Amino acid sequence: MMTKEAVLDQTPGVRRRASMPLGVSPVVAIVAVLAAAIAALPLLYLLIQASSRGLDTVVEEIWQRRTFDLVLRSLSLAFVVTALSLVVGVCSAFFIVRTNLPGYRIFAVALVLPLAMPSYVAAYAWISWVPSLAGFWGAVLVLTSISFPFVFLPVAASLRRIDARQEDVARSLGLTSRHVAFRLTLRQIRPAATAGALMVGLYALSDFGAVATMRFESFTWVIFGAYRAGFNPTRAAILSLALVAISIIFVWLELVVRGDGRAAKVGAGVSRAPNRLKLGPSRFPAAALLSVVVVVTLAIPFVLVLRWFFEAADSGIDSGEIFGAMRQTVFVSFLATVGAVFFAVPAAVLAARVKARWAQSTERTVFVIHALPGIVIGLAVVYLGIRLVPSMYQRLPMLIFAYVVLFMSLAVGSVRASVEISPVALEDSAQSLGLSRFAVFRKMTLPLARPGIMAGAALVFLTVMKELPATILLRPTGMDTLATELWNRTSVADYAAASPYALVLILVAAVPAALLTFTRETR
Amino acid sequence: MKIAVNEAPSIRSRRGRLLIVATVALALGLIAGACGSSSTSNEEGSLTVYSGRSESLVASLYEMFTAETGIAIEARYGDSGELGAQIITEGSASPADVFFSQDAGALGAVSAAGRFSELPSSILDQVPSQFSATNGTWVGVSGRVRVIAYDNVKVTNPPTSIDDLLDPKWKGQIGYAPTNASWQSFVTGLRVLRGEDGAEQWLRAFAANQPKAYEKNGAVLDGIAKGEVQLGLVNHYYLNERIKAKGAENVKISNQYIGNGDPGGLVNVAGVGILSSSKHKTSAQKFVEFLLSPTAQQYFADKTFEFALVSGVTASDPTQPTLASLQSPAIDLSDLASLEQTQELLQKVGLLTK
Repeated sequence: MMTKEAVLDQTPGVRRRASMPLGVSPVVAIVAVLAAAIAALPLLYLLIQASSRGLDTVVEEIWQRRTFDLVLRSLSLAFVVTALSLVVGVCSAFFIVRTNLPGYRIFAVALVLPLAMPSYVAAYAWISWVPSLAGFWGAVLVLTSISFPFVFLPVAASLRRIDARQEDVARSLGLTSRHVAFRLTLRQIRPAATAGALMVGLYALSDFGAVATMRFESFTWVIFGAYRAGFNPTRAAILSLALVAISIIFVWLELVVRGDGRAAKVGAGVSRAPNRLKLGPSRFPAAALLSVVVVVTLAIPFVLVLRWFFEAADSGIDSGEIFGAMRQTVFVSFLATVGAVFFAVPAAVLAARVKARWAQSTERTVFVIHALPGIVIGLAVVYLGIRLVPSMYQRLPMLIFAYVVLFMSLAVGSVRASVEISPVALEDSAQSLGLSRFAVFRKMTLPLARPGIMAGAALVFLTVMKELPATILLRPTGMDTLATELWNRTSVADYAAASPYALVLILVAAVPAALLTFTRETR
Repeated sequence: MKIAVNEAPSIRSRRGRLLIVATVALALGLIAGACGSSSTSNEEGSLTVYSGRSESLVASLYEMFTAETGIAIEARYGDSGELGAQIITEGSASPADVFFSQDAGALGAVSAAGRFSELPSSILDQVPSQFSATNGTWVGVSGRVRVIAYDNVKVTNPPTSIDDLLDPKWKGQIGYAPTNASWQSFVTGLRVLRGEDGAEQWLRAFAANQPKAYEKNGAVLDGIAKGEVQLGLVNHYYLNERIKAKGAENVKISNQYIGNGDPGGLVNVAGVGILSSSKHKTSAQKFVEFLLSPTAQQYFADKTFEFALVSGVTASDPTQPTLASLQSPAIDLSDLASLEQTQELLQKVGLLTK
């Protein structure tokens, strides 16, 4: 899929790859395929459940005006959230990396921190303050606030990587600044932007917390309802499969839009860091604009949680219990992160290095199920786990397994991006010097992909911390995480009692979130 | 990139070490987790309770049970509906011995899936039959009543029927919590009592009166206190909780109980059933008996202001009417399981989603 005009594609490294049958170690390929198989397990459960009442039920359930409306509603939500996230993410990345905006270092952190906010907390904060937000736009507000960093992060990273000399060359060849922006810069950030957009789109499809609180009837709302109000797993499974179909389209769309504009720099010549555009007096309005983004996505929900916290502080806070839940949360999140990265790295390396269709499908499978809400994955693991490995049911390994299934795609994206920019020619020469394929993977691919691995790990870590539905289904009896404690309290009382947990959850999740900024910053 | 290659040996060793540490940590963690939880897993006599009633409410009650009988309880807390779905998904391998649900709907669904065993009449007979399953698979433990809470300064003649709520004088003056399970149970009851068409008709007229949506029942009462609305469709005990928190002199709200079999006076129950796959049925039965014992019944009456379903318990709120005097609508509580259809109807008339 090489685009004709893409200058960057003509590097020797890219050409070299096409002629190789298998560019990675068999070990890497096997773990990658295993990752896809794990990710496909929920699909197995869905197929069993959906077909349990015969094909007629499936047709009947799908072939309804209501299902059609549902598809439209969920698609509009996903599209609007994705479009807004692209605009906010790309623009703020540009301001922060390529201009002399005042305080760009602080902004770089503040624009990532919304990732630490659980959607149910942010949504509840907003709606308790502005009740009229309920509905589509409320859901858009919350989902965009939390997920635009998925675009901002990779785009900012790819903007930082751009070799300014390429732009110099383009200008010397007579291109105007506008042409440089559109034909060179935009093209270079396109893979990063589309990969981020895919994560946003799938997140918007899968989230339940925001749509439930904002009372917007999306696919996840109806799937949750089919389980816990309808007690109809068959219907839930059929609707989930419809959601998977939408997700396949999203994943395929990303592949098409992304193109193949990879840019691995090889050879002599030192790259030059890009110039920061001097904004002049207009930098203050620009800073004001970004401040508005930070206030809306981060400050307002956070201040509302703080307000509850001070209400709760009057009636006493059990810090021992909070600390215990925090330790437990960090412990399971760490294990889940290690597990997710273990499977994600080979899947990402395979996708970056082997262009064969099977290799690409392997990686894509991991993404497809990312559109499924946590309760579906959770119940899939319940269904298969209790039948296949009953001794592990509601034990830690099975919970960790569910987290790996749920979130390894988060790591795959950023690792792949990192591997793609490291030149394959280096790996080839290392191999020709006598290193085995696996040694190349261990000694070259992994170290070069380290920023991407760290970023992916941080993303998985903070997302696991916030996970609720699968945790409740699968946690070992008596294990309390910050999210379950938070839920415990909101289900009986108001948010004041829950706010210490919300606050600690946000603050702890903010650590890996901030780390995300710095792993990108130092590359 | 040249730099990266030169640095490769040091990164490699650091990376390698990190990888080994991480792998070992993962392995150790998983083993520790497996051992840790197996040590607390179901020993002889200990009882696994899937509890839709929250930890803050019932944990101390479960401790009382253990102190009294020596039977340890492993409680898994969750949303009643999700726990019901989990039990159905687990099938006959379910580790649950007992399902203690917040509402009758989830119990009815688990019963319909054939996952409950029948309770002995010694248990069923303790509770009036309308508060248990008609097929004897679960029994009610405590009751809550739908009421119309009202601003007792501004409102002198509170509505006595849900049809009074349709009067234009209440336009924009009624608060309700659209996602609250008890409100949705009321609408399910309405469907059962008046049929789909009758229910839709009432809901459309209700929606036309522009009721104000709140997040939770507690927030509905806040709305009345702030003067945003004059009436609120809530459960009876939210008023008691408010009085307890703020003092009676600071609460200008009263409960109007709806009689005459009007759907607005629906009594829903929290109830309990024993799983047919339970390997601890004797202990499970002791647990159910404990929940119906005077100790536990008084506990619910005192702590949650709910109605005790077993006679001989005094309500902690002296103004609270007795269950028998309520003239609540006659309804088979198992029918409240058709919650999904209720949500669909609410969506159709625009009272649930936007």
